[in-house]
Amino acid sequence: MSYQGLASLFPKKEISGFLVLAVLLVVVLPLSLDIFRLNLMGKYLTYAFVAIGLVLCWGYGGILSLGQGVFFGLGGYLMAMFLKLEASDPITTKIQSTPGIPDFMDWNQITALPFFWKPFYSFPFTIAAILIIPAIIAYLVGAAMFKRRVGGVYFAIITQAIAAILTILIIGQQGYTGGVNGMTDLRTLLGWDIRSDQAKYILYFVCVGMLFLCLFVAQFVRKSKFGRLLVAMRDKEDRVRFSGYDVSNFKIFVFCLGAVFAAIGGALFTLQVGFMSPTLVGIVPSIEMVIFCAVGGRMSIIGAVYGALLVNWAKSSLSESFPELWLFALGGLFIAVVMAFPNGLAGLYTTYVAPKIKQWLADFKTPKQPKPQLEAIKESAKPAPRPEPKVQTIGNLGASPLTQGVLHE
Amino acid sequence: MFAEYSTSDLLSIFAMQGVAGLILFSVFVLMALGLAIIFGQMGVINMAHGEFMILGAYVTYLTSHVFETYLPSLFSLYFILAMVLAFIAAGALGALVEWGIIRHLYNRPLDTLLATWGLSLILQQTYRSVFGAREVGVTLPDWLMGSVKVSETIELPINGLFVMCLALGISTAVGILMYRSRWGTQVRAVVQNRPMAGAVGINTAKVDRITFALGCGIAGVAGSAFTMIGSTGPTSGQLYIVDTFLVVVFGGATSLLGTIASAFTISQAQSTMEFFMSGSMAKVLTLLFVVFILMLRPQGLFTLKVRR
Amino acid sequence: MKTLFFKGEQAKALTKTAKAISWKTCLFTLAASFAFSTAHAADVNTTGLAVTDKTVKVGILHSVTGTMAISETGSVQAEKLAIEQINAMGGVLGRKIEFIQEDGASDWPTFAEKSKKLLVNDKAAAVFGCWTSASRKAVLPIFEQYNGMLYYPTFYEGLEQSKNVIYTGQEATQQIIAGIDWVTKTKGAKSFYLLGSDYIWPRTSNKIARKHIEKLGLKVVGEEYYPLGHTQFNSVINKIKLTKPDVIYAIVVGGSNVAFYKQLKAAGIDMTKEKPLVLTISVTEDEVLGIGGENMQGAYASMKYFQSLTNDNNTKFVAAFKARWGKDVVIGDVTQAAYLGPWLWKAAVEKAGSFDIDKVRAASPGIELTTAPEGYVKIHPNHHLWSKTRIGHARPDGQYDVVFETKDLIEPDPFPKGYQ
Repeated sequence: MSYQGLASLFPKKEISGFLVLAVLLVVVLPLSLDIFRLNLMGKYLTYAFVAIGLVLCWGYGGILSLGQGVFFGLGGYLMAMFLKLEASDPITTKIQSTPGIPDFMDWNQITALPFFWKPFYSFPFTIAAILIIPAIIAYLVGAAMFKRRVGGVYFAIITQAIAAILTILIIGQQGYTGGVNGMTDLRTLLGWDIRSDQAKYILYFVCVGMLFLCLFVAQFVRKSKFGRLLVAMRDKEDRVRFSGYDVSNFKIFVFCLGAVFAAIGGALFTLQVGFMSPTLVGIVPSIEMVIFCAVGGRMSIIGAVYGALLVNWAKSSLSESFPELWLFALGGLFIAVVMAFPNGLAGLYTTYVAPKIKQWLADFKTPKQPKPQLEAIKESAKPAPRPEPKVQTIGNLGASPLTQGVLHE
Repeated sequence: MFAEYSTSDLLSIFAMQGVAGLILFSVFVLMALGLAIIFGQMGVINMAHGEFMILGAYVTYLTSHVFETYLPSLFSLYFILAMVLAFIAAGALGALVEWGIIRHLYNRPLDTLLATWGLSLILQQTYRSVFGAREVGVTLPDWLMGSVKVSETIELPINGLFVMCLALGISTAVGILMYRSRWGTQVRAVVQNRPMAGAVGINTAKVDRITFALGCGIAGVAGSAFTMIGSTGPTSGQLYIVDTFLVVVFGGATSLLGTIASAFTISQAQSTMEFFMSGSMAKVLTLLFVVFILMLRPQGLFTLKVRR
Repeated sequence: MKTLFFKGEQAKALTKTAKAISWKTCLFTLAASFAFSTAHAADVNTTGLAVTDKTVKVGILHSVTGTMAISETGSVQAEKLAIEQINAMGGVLGRKIEFIQEDGASDWPTFAEKSKKLLVNDKAAAVFGCWTSASRKAVLPIFEQYNGMLYYPTFYEGLEQSKNVIYTGQEATQQIIAGIDWVTKTKGAKSFYLLGSDYIWPRTSNKIARKHIEKLGLKVVGEEYYPLGHTQFNSVINKIKLTKPDVIYAIVVGGSNVAFYKQLKAAGIDMTKEKPLVLTISVTEDEVLGIGGENMQGAYASMKYFQSLTNDNNTKFVAAFKARWGKDVVIGDVTQAAYLGPWLWKAAVEKAGSFDIDKVRAASPGIELTTAPEGYVKIHPNHHLWSKTRIGHARPDGQYDVVFETKDLIEPDPFPKGYQ
């Protein structure tokens, strides 16, 4: 990509956000946390993948999916299938009645590896499956819904129903999926022990790397014409349609993209945590993932990462000391985010913190001629003239374009 | 599989199985009706629906305790009063929630979904703090237990019949309320065109509040009734929530008739299949069937024709 | 830090500061940090565990929130009671036990995360916890990797034997075979209907039950599984009425239990008439609380402990439990098994003369407990307990009358030959 392309992809204003996040994830966290906490952070980051996808789908596209756990779970399960096969070689499983198949199959009287498990001996196939299968499913769901112009709340509850159904399917078909227990005791990836501390470090950095890859893709989408079309669609779908665009295809695409992000997150989750379980597929985790995105700011892909990290960190530390309080806090957070600051952390930042920093920088640059205080504030509060409409500037969401986006009439 | 049983045995079993299907249908209707009313009227999906049901169950539990302690002679009648109290309690909480949260979010239906989910978490933890993490046992009056012997081999569970009557009664009441009363006319006017309804003098805010309260109240009654057939604990509401959503989604979410039709379809499919295969398998097949239909007809069985 | 003695919170805060300091010292040694996390364990004593001269830290890991909180509450209470009693007697090797309680939140990844915290950060000398098989399976690799010790209280499906777990509940064959033998001998049962929630424990248990029933030359007339949380059992009740079994063998769990027994009663199957007779291995006194004693009356349960056992150990235990947690509280099989955990650990530590996990493990087989509420238990080399199995007959007040008890202790056999 040319320099100009890069510059338009990362305007000066936004690049600092990426840099700060990069410094935090690559330098600060690994240096300040022990491997246990770092591994936890890595686990939280896998949820950030889902949250980034949700920013695109929900914040930009106005499509709220409450079934992202489906894709997260698919990615995780597909990866787990590969790892489980590797962990159940005939030697380690020789006490089973059928050695060489995963332990849970043996417990369920299955005597041969089911056909759909066989391709998962191949690592390239697994990687391809992680990227493609969730996309296909997202395409089928999206096509069925969006082509018939089903959207808004109704889409949200259908995706939720799908999440519930997949959980019941996974639990019900325990011979093939491990049931309630999930797939546990995953040990090696291509012979490399993923449980050692060293592996956890490496996996953390792999996770951060993938995260930035996804962030760049998301940024590219945001900045492209497609990104602007998404916002337009969210705000006045009919006008976009009348302009000759096929709205449903855009929606399907962004939904598929979110699904692929979620699946990557799920696969990385399995690698870092060492097992996959149906508790990550159902309604509850799917909705929690939406709250990560909402806390971070539904319009900010970087905010989504912070949202995932913060909420999970709070959950982990609050539930260590006050497990009873945690549900109150989480419930309160849901309500507060929705009612008081719908733009989340990113919104708070752009409304309150950014002007201060700007003013401080301005003062710093020109200390010789301090402006009268009042004027300085006025100036910084006034949105600077912008070359293109930026979505971050939607400060007051209560009565702004976003409202109309989600209104379905 | 039936060769070894006599014809009369089979006949009576099919009769009872039919009743079982009807009971399941009534349970689904009771679960989904409140949710469907709220969604149809305001486009709000109340994720705390299960918790409102459990509120009703806990009210029943408390009422039974009060009667056991203070009015043991009237114990056999407490259940009726408990249902009324459950309706009032859940309805009052619903009105409060509408006033505190929902009305600020009318333009953002997706956000109400998140807010009510938050509410459900808070309610669950509240129940756990107040009533303890363990399930509570609700003592039922004797006349609700046991069964009616229709013939030598056919026995019908009384609580099932009770649930059927209740579902019938509530559906009829809601139907009358919606289509025969002044308030119902107002509700339907607001659904069809909110600004215009406001312009002709309907207090839309009040209509919304009462609708929400009514939906929650029905959930409370359902919860109260379900103490006869299910468990009462802080998280029991979640046992019902999946089925409830499926019924509402499948029915098309905006039409009460759709909800009833979908409750009927799903319950009959499930109870028929349950008889011929394992319960777990029946559930999975029912769900796949629902998904398949939803793929063909994502807007559900019945929908209001709305131009978009 | 060795010479200081702080109680509870203070000690926790202190370890935290100590840890914070050790993080800071490592701040600029990214390269070295690969090796560091294993090396810095030696700051308390030679075994690398949170043991000082005055205290020893253990973990309690159960769900206090979420769907499983219903079942796990009793276990937490029992473990706390045991620890308090041990401390009142002077502790273990002269050290007071301090427990760190973590919430698994009914979520298996959370269990894994918290168990890792207990082992890696808190360096717990032992962990008492987990309830469902799923949570145990989730934490097992972590206990094996970091060499921790888990005391697991629930009756479970067997098919597992880890050097890092002591199973204080019964494995499936212990619980099942005696029960079926009893019902065939004393009640003359000929045909069985097997019913369960759809996950590994009921399925494995029913598999063992079926094998045993068929070995005895009797008949299984039906086998059914319903999803966890299922609340509508009318169809299966109809099937039961059609097949007319002598025994309904029920392994339903959680909220489904309540629905099943209420609907069974409503459908006119009066369990007190024993036609058919209901035999369960999943309904303890804890569950009866939710079902309601009047709905459970007449059913039989086969497990190793009932609150109504009349021996001196149990009388004392019940009294102490009620004094600590309130007079209305009930004690089920798992609660009692959870209570055994800290005592078995104490005995093993004292026999080993050390908190070292490997030494405790080596000392564990053969440990006897004569003060167990269930009577007498002994740890088998396969880390399960020798125990008796008893049959309880449900009373309307929610308790069981013990109507039968095996003469001898039953040997635990997690990998039963001929039952797989």
